[in-house]
Amino acid sequence: MHELGLVKHVIYTLHDVAKENGVKHIGSVTLEIGEVSGIINEQLADCWDYFSKKDELVCGAKLIIETVDAVTFCTACERTYETVTYGKTCPFCCSGETYLLKGNEFSIKQIEAELDAESGEN
Amino acid sequence: MKVIELKKTVTASNDRDAEILRDELSKKGILLINLMSAAGSGKTTLLSRTITDLAGRVKIGVMEADIASDVDAKKINALGAESIQVHTDGMCHMDAGMTRQGLENMEKNGLQAVFLENIGNLICPAEFDTGAHRNVMILSVPEGDDKPLKYPLMFKKSDVLVITKKDAAPYFDFDFEAAKRRALALNPSIKIFPVSAKTGEGMDEWEKWLISETEKHCNA
Repeated sequence: MHELGLVKHVIYTLHDVAKENGVKHIGSVTLEIGEVSGIINEQLADCWDYFSKKDELVCGAKLIIETVDAVTFCTACERTYETVTYGKTCPFCCSGETYLLKGNEFSIKQIEAELDAESGEN
Repeated sequence: MKVIELKKTVTASNDRDAEILRDELSKKGILLINLMSAAGSGKTTLLSRTITDLAGRVKIGVMEADIASDVDAKKINALGAESIQVHTDGMCHMDAGMTRQGLENMEKNGLQAVFLENIGNLICPAEFDTGAHRNVMILSVPEGDDKPLKYPLMFKKSDVLVITKKDAAPYFDFDFEAAKRRALALNPSIKIFPVSAKTGEGMDEWEKWLISETEKHCNA
């Protein structure tokens, strides 16, 4: 259910981008999704298949998902470690004073687009 | 085909809509509060008690968001407060666009504070800006004091944590100090109000906060 809403927002954002850049049709969308963003890629892809077919701008567009590894920083010993393996406790000094450096992303990295001016070329 | 680099967060369009809505409401002197919690934590009961206690002092309206039914809106209406039911058609959260639509259908004459009673879950509602001025979350005693550990984002995003069903504390192993400590570790500025909407215990502090926020907002 969560992924359903996210896909809707991806498509809204793409409509804004299309207006700003004079995009006629989108051929592919590359998303960056953090390992600990809580998003299930398979479900997201299913929702994309369902919704993208109903929208002229993104109909048939390929969804590419790039996963961003999660990394946590320990403020006590100033080292970084893999979040998924060790969670919130630093494996080097056992401190809990840590924060996520990356891995919570959910962004649209890039799109492949057919521009209005290109009509007929592709 | 041309490649366009975007690096846009997915919620960018929603964030913008939310800012616009927040501004519009500020100009009208209406304080919008996004109320979030798990299902069954006592959102409607807290609001019912608050509306009754503050009758004649703060004019409160409620937007009930649910996947289906209008039982909550009917309860609020029975108290004489303005309420409207919004259905999200299966979506697990409210976004700024849906909030705007709901508000447009609401009689806003003289309203000072509007509560958006979000969909009952501790995950998705935290990720979408609804356009609210304040985010308030509820954790009820039966849910347990470990919830800040499991749903950190909700605690980080909230300005206020209301711990409800305090009257049920003798039957559960809820450690109030542990819950406070865990919530404050995630969000040092969060205000915490343990209450029982049933007995009225602690309601005073929560209502004082609400009155002061409403006054600040209306006079801004």
